[in-house]
Amino acid sequence: MANYVTNEFKSGLKVLVDGEPCSILENEVVKPGKGQAFNRVKFRNLRNGRVWERTFKSGESVEAADVMEIDMEYLYADGEFWHFMKTDGSFEQVAADASAISDAKDWLKEQDAYQVILWNEAPISVSPPNFVELEVTETDPGLKGDTAQGGTKPATLSSGAVVKVPLFVNIGDVLRVDTRTGEYQNRVSK
Amino acid sequence: MADREHPAFPESLRLRASVLAEVRRFFAERGVMEVETPLLRSHTVTDVHLQSFEVRAHDHSPPRLFLQTSPEYAMKRLLAAGSGPIYQIGKAFRAKERSRLHNPEFTILEWYRPGFSLADLMDEVEQLITHLLCRQKIIRYTYGELFRKYLNLDPHSIGLQELQQRCAELIDVSGADLDTTDYLQLLMDQKIEPMLPDRCFVYQYPSAQAALSVVAPDVDGVPVAQRFELYLEGMELANGYFELTDAAEQRARFECDLARRQQLGLPEIPIDEDMLAALEAGLPSCAGAALGFDRLLMVLGESRDIGDVISYPLD
Repeated sequence: MANYVTNEFKSGLKVLVDGEPCSILENEVVKPGKGQAFNRVKFRNLRNGRVWERTFKSGESVEAADVMEIDMEYLYADGEFWHFMKTDGSFEQVAADASAISDAKDWLKEQDAYQVILWNEAPISVSPPNFVELEVTETDPGLKGDTAQGGTKPATLSSGAVVKVPLFVNIGDVLRVDTRTGEYQNRVSK
Repeated sequence: MADREHPAFPESLRLRASVLAEVRRFFAERGVMEVETPLLRSHTVTDVHLQSFEVRAHDHSPPRLFLQTSPEYAMKRLLAAGSGPIYQIGKAFRAKERSRLHNPEFTILEWYRPGFSLADLMDEVEQLITHLLCRQKIIRYTYGELFRKYLNLDPHSIGLQELQQRCAELIDVSGADLDTTDYLQLLMDQKIEPMLPDRCFVYQYPSAQAALSVVAPDVDGVPVAQRFELYLEGMELANGYFELTDAAEQRARFECDLARRQQLGLPEIPIDEDMLAALEAGLPSCAGAALGFDRLLMVLGESRDIGDVISYPLD
């Protein structure tokens, strides 16, 4: 792969740092009057999400990472891998392992689109959309009269996630949930 | 006809005009004469970390000229010729410097005061800043005091290996081919500057960072560079030197720069013999300061990017 020199650094650039695929979040050039120029760079490790800062002497270079972010359709899980398909008409499939799927695992629904990060064509991270709509598969029956107090109860969704829901929610309801906070938003249909 | 693409006239340019007038009044009242020196010269600085723009005629015929990175050398020639106290507000050019705080073409305010000590000059910088900002006193710290206080290390005596180790504990740095000055500068930038008050002077730098200032012993007998840096809201705004007048020492420093340039594979720069001749003829004992005028406007106009105070910054 190509190399990027510090003066080509910009946010969004995908590079290899210590052998790990990373994305540049921020890049600041620091240059004292007559001193050496440095780049203070904030990275996100695309595999584990860790964010950290490293300083480079200006003129240094880092290797580019073959990273692609694409939307893919979730197909099924086979117990070991989670299978996704490209939506560009190629029907090409990839299999994500448990560590790549970890952020999206609780929010998977077949045929929905997820953002998949491919490194050297293999998935390293899957992100759910900010909001998903999932069906309730298990919850205690709501009790009449309790709604006024705004009480909540746990409900299990088809994906396996457990969220706090209002007492009026029943099995079979489809709920809209914010995947960033895991919070119930509203009931979409009955 | 009005330019469709033209944005509203920036308020920052009105501010620039009024501050320019104010600065000129400040120096006129003190009997400091405004001068102009050439932006294009056949010589430029030898500094390892400054890159000049080289300029040629369209058909590449000689002479090879350089846009000046500061008016320092030419102004020192004027001083040696007996100009007395002088100042200049003009453009300076430094290639490959563009950031939130840098534009390759920028405005510099530079002035020289024969008979002034470094402390006298700090007083005058403080008067100028308080005059423009109407605020309180500016605190002064020595470089050594800051390193001892915040990092518990003595920047004047620490060895490269120990410094490298201390730096690695505190900052994630790529590569290890840095020199003592680079490490100190990294620590200053990342570990000390964030602790500094909104406005302060730092003075008595390590002798390796003397540039064109005199090296003299401090109260403990440690040789330190007689220079200061004014920090305003975390930015290096102005630096000042008690100017080196010793031509032989100056030549040695130029040659040291050139040797380092060669090591690093940087272009060779011919030594400015006119400037050295001025020192030999006799530069009066003086102190001089250079102030980033655009950064001053950033502080006054509360801008975050230098591009906000320049009419058309480079992309």
